[in-house]
Amino acid sequence: MISAEAVSDHSRPGRICQGQIIILIAIVLALGKFILPESLIRPPNWLVWPFADWINWLFDFIKDDLGFIFVTRAFAAGIEWLLDVTANLLYGRNRWPRLGPLPWTFIAITAAMIGYWLNGWKLALLSGGTFVWIAVMGQWKWAMETLSVIVVAAPIAVLAGLLCGIAAWRHRWVERALNPILNIAQSLPHFAYMIPVVVFIGVGPKSGAIVTIIFAAPPMIRMTLLGLKKVSSEIAESGMMSGANRWQLLWQVRVPSARTEILVGINQVIMQCLAMVVLASFIGMPGLGQKLLQLLQALKIGRSVEIGVSIVLIAIMLDQCSKAWVVKEPKHFEKGVPWHERHRLKLLWAGLSCLAFLAAEFLPLADQIKRTQALTVYKQIDTVVERFIILADPVTQWLRGFLIRNVLIPMRDVYLWLPFTAVLAFVAGIGWVIGSLRSALICLAFVGMIAMTGWWDRAVITTYMVSFAVLVVIAIGLPLGIWASRARARARLVLLICDTAQTFPSFIYLIPVVMLFGVNDVAAIGAVIVFGLVPMTRYTIEGLRSVPPEIDEAADMCGAAFRQKLWKVRFPLALPTIAVGLNQTVLFSLFMVIIAAFIGTQDLGQEMQRALSSTDVGKGLVLGLCVAFIGLLVDHLILTWSARRKVALGIS
Amino acid sequence: MADGSETVISCRDVWKLFGNHPERYFASIPSGHNFDDIRNDGYIAAVRSASLEISRGEMLVIMGLSGSGKSTLVRCLSRLLEITAGEVIVEGNDLSALSEKELIELRRSKMGMVFQSFGLLPHRTVLNNVAFPLEMRGQDRIERRKRALEMIELVGLTGREDYYPRELSGGQQQRVGIARSLAIEPDIWFLDEPFSALDPLIRREMQDEFLRLQGILGKSIVFITHDFDEALRLADRIAIMKDGLIEQCDKPDQIVLNPATPYVAKFTEEIEKSRVVHVSHLVAEPSGDIAEMEPVSASATVRSLARRLISDASEELPVVDEQGAVIGVLKRQSALELLYGERS
Ligand SMILES: Nc1ncnc2c1ncn2[C@@H]1O[C@H](COP(=O)(O)OP(=O)(O)OP(=O)(O)O)[C@@H](O)[C@H]1O
Ligand SMILES: [Mg+2]
Repeated sequence: MISAEAVSDHSRPGRICQGQIIILIAIVLALGKFILPESLIRPPNWLVWPFADWINWLFDFIKDDLGFIFVTRAFAAGIEWLLDVTANLLYGRNRWPRLGPLPWTFIAITAAMIGYWLNGWKLALLSGGTFVWIAVMGQWKWAMETLSVIVVAAPIAVLAGLLCGIAAWRHRWVERALNPILNIAQSLPHFAYMIPVVVFIGVGPKSGAIVTIIFAAPPMIRMTLLGLKKVSSEIAESGMMSGANRWQLLWQVRVPSARTEILVGINQVIMQCLAMVVLASFIGMPGLGQKLLQLLQALKIGRSVEIGVSIVLIAIMLDQCSKAWVVKEPKHFEKGVPWHERHRLKLLWAGLSCLAFLAAEFLPLADQIKRTQALTVYKQIDTVVERFIILADPVTQWLRGFLIRNVLIPMRDVYLWLPFTAVLAFVAGIGWVIGSLRSALICLAFVGMIAMTGWWDRAVITTYMVSFAVLVVIAIGLPLGIWASRARARARLVLLICDTAQTFPSFIYLIPVVMLFGVNDVAAIGAVIVFGLVPMTRYTIEGLRSVPPEIDEAADMCGAAFRQKLWKVRFPLALPTIAVGLNQTVLFSLFMVIIAAFIGTQDLGQEMQRALSSTDVGKGLVLGLCVAFIGLLVDHLILTWSARRKVALGIS
Repeated sequence: MADGSETVISCRDVWKLFGNHPERYFASIPSGHNFDDIRNDGYIAAVRSASLEISRGEMLVIMGLSGSGKSTLVRCLSRLLEITAGEVIVEGNDLSALSEKELIELRRSKMGMVFQSFGLLPHRTVLNNVAFPLEMRGQDRIERRKRALEMIELVGLTGREDYYPRELSGGQQQRVGIARSLAIEPDIWFLDEPFSALDPLIRREMQDEFLRLQGILGKSIVFITHDFDEALRLADRIAIMKDGLIEQCDKPDQIVLNPATPYVAKFTEEIEKSRVVHVSHLVAEPSGDIAEMEPVSASATVRSLARRLISDASEELPVVDEQGAVIGVLKRQSALELLYGERS
């Protein structure tokens, strides 16, 4: 390890010097703030360009002058028609085909059968049980409102992503054009997507569906491209030699051979859809998300927990089912297996469904459970929570006061105090130290753009909240990961928890913190910390556990004690992986800070909420891009560092 | 073997370079640049100036070390790769001038190929893999199935029609690849190490089967192998490649007896020559009376005469051709030299 460090340091001494000089300049600028002219402290007026107005102008032009609004209206009408169909089937909205609502028993049985087909009994229990819980707790209508949008949005997002991915695979220029768009899209906060959709389509379920489609398609594009690139050339060639034309080659050879990646893409699309559908409550999307939002704002913890459990169950179910689908390979039946054996599951499903419909005919409870008939445990939850809060209150009160007074406000003030030129120089210097002149310029561009938007102070507040949260996450996640990685079973368990927690829509994380801290800054940061802890812990464990055993053994043979081995051998080797985790933590935190805005923060997120409620596209997009630039800056720095580190260590 | 006159594939001066701008580089390539010089310029010369002719019913075996460009050459002959320079003519048509449609038509009706790493479609059963070329051709379902089942039986996989490739062993997968390439009854058959994953027993069986098929069907075959024994059993001619260059392309006897380059000599050094060389290549003018002696056939290998050569002390043995006419003598001395090496 020591030699690797030496090599990597020796190879570019010049760059380090230049970078360090620039950092030094930054420090000098910061220390000499009191003699700096005002224009070097805050971005001066001439530097702030009216991007928002330009974007608004552009949108107006596209919308009205180019008549694009008719295109989007037509598209929205198509989506609305589909939504009406699913809404009718799932919760009986009075639209064509007017068959619904389907009895809840039928849907639960179907879900259980799908679970069984994909991965046996456990998954059948999970998927069936989820629907039973939802029905019994009287949340059927809300859950179906949410699901009816996912059922429409996910397939469209998959299809759109697949087609874009194929186009990108076929034409280099499409890939080149898409790449930066996808990068920004992935670090753009959810709300930034919503505002343009509201402008073009308005509020309600159909805009919820459309924003979901737009939000969920990017990972599908990525995975399709990856999968198609990975198809071995020999498989494609064997297709060509079989006389397949281009169309046949694509759809019968290449796409099916990229099955695994495409299915992973579908899994990601479904999870993104769920995350977005819940959040789309901000633009008037009814369903579980909206209920949760209302209940949280009214501080009705017991009811929120009930809804939260449903959302979590749905998330786990969708994730597990789509993951099982990824690994489910086709299997053959032995010769001579009779027809009814081959189609056993289908027959069973048909039989049980008939039973469900029959039962629904005669037993209203098997058809729909009304809210008045539903079970509920919110009173019990509320009493438990109240007791707990009474116990915890002194601690949380103190913690809240302490944090706000002694940590958060001073930290915020320091951040705000920094002259923007010092920040620019500092970031450029870091970029140069970690990467090269190119990195320095990229970092400079990101921060410079933020300064030019005129949202400098807000961006600084966002940065301060994220950096505080990330520091806490590192302080908790790293030791947690190290502890968990020490035993195989423990590591597996913690990884499982992390994987599961990662599938939850971010909204869920607000429930416990609101319960503990109420609606304020500390709660927001608490949610960010919980949310960001997941990737940090996960990648720490994965990094430490993936250290090659030979190296471990070699260290043992050198007589290294556990601590020595951890800090001198395993940790340096795991660091590039941990860095990737840190990167995700930062991105997650940024998203969460923005989402948490509605429980009271004063950063970019709050402004974004305002832009959303006044449907100011320009402002919303500019704010979104500010967030994206912070994310991309960190992303660039960490990934560059980690890539160099991996090369230096000879692992890839 | 059939008539040997009609040329099915001919390629002249074919080059295949891998790199950023192969055509541009090829135009500027200084003459006398060898493989390493080209590599230092950032290009890989997978095939260099290859010229070959394959006549109807002939089996050409290509040999050479790993990375010598065998697979690439075959891909050029089937236009899976666009060649950098030269021309490939298949049944009178310039391959690179064919439109996409014509090329697809040619592949659907005339060409079959077995791939080194099988290239099976992972989402299709054995049956559907074998039927795939027929499906592409638009043949109807029932016929497709019938033909595919025949092919599956031919390669001895009956009973596994409904398996998926990942449920089969390497050798079984390879046989599926062979069956698939035969499904359309191609006239021209490219085989890239088709038997490499088979165990010796099945391998031998497949070779026999292969020779039998070749006897009946008389296809034109380009066959890649690393196994000299296999080459000897199957080949009408052998081409030996090194660094993209065809060092020699000739009958097996000639390759062993008269290697064109030191590399070929080295390549064939380890081979027992007597097993390759046929008596016809050693025929000499008689110097004495040979009338009484029992003749040997011109098409026998020297190795097969070993026992006779040792027990029979006569200096010369009469050699007869297929019709039984005496065409000369086999000198005992030269035959023994071939069998046991030159006296040192
Ligand atoms: N698509 C490609 N891009 C770049 N180089 C390639 C490509 N395909 C083959 N090559 C190079 O061309 C040379 C010849 O490869 P080829 O596959 O024809 O060898 P081969 O004789 O078939 O070897 P083997 O016996 O291992 O199959 C090799 O050096 C290889 O690295
Ligand atoms: Mg090869």
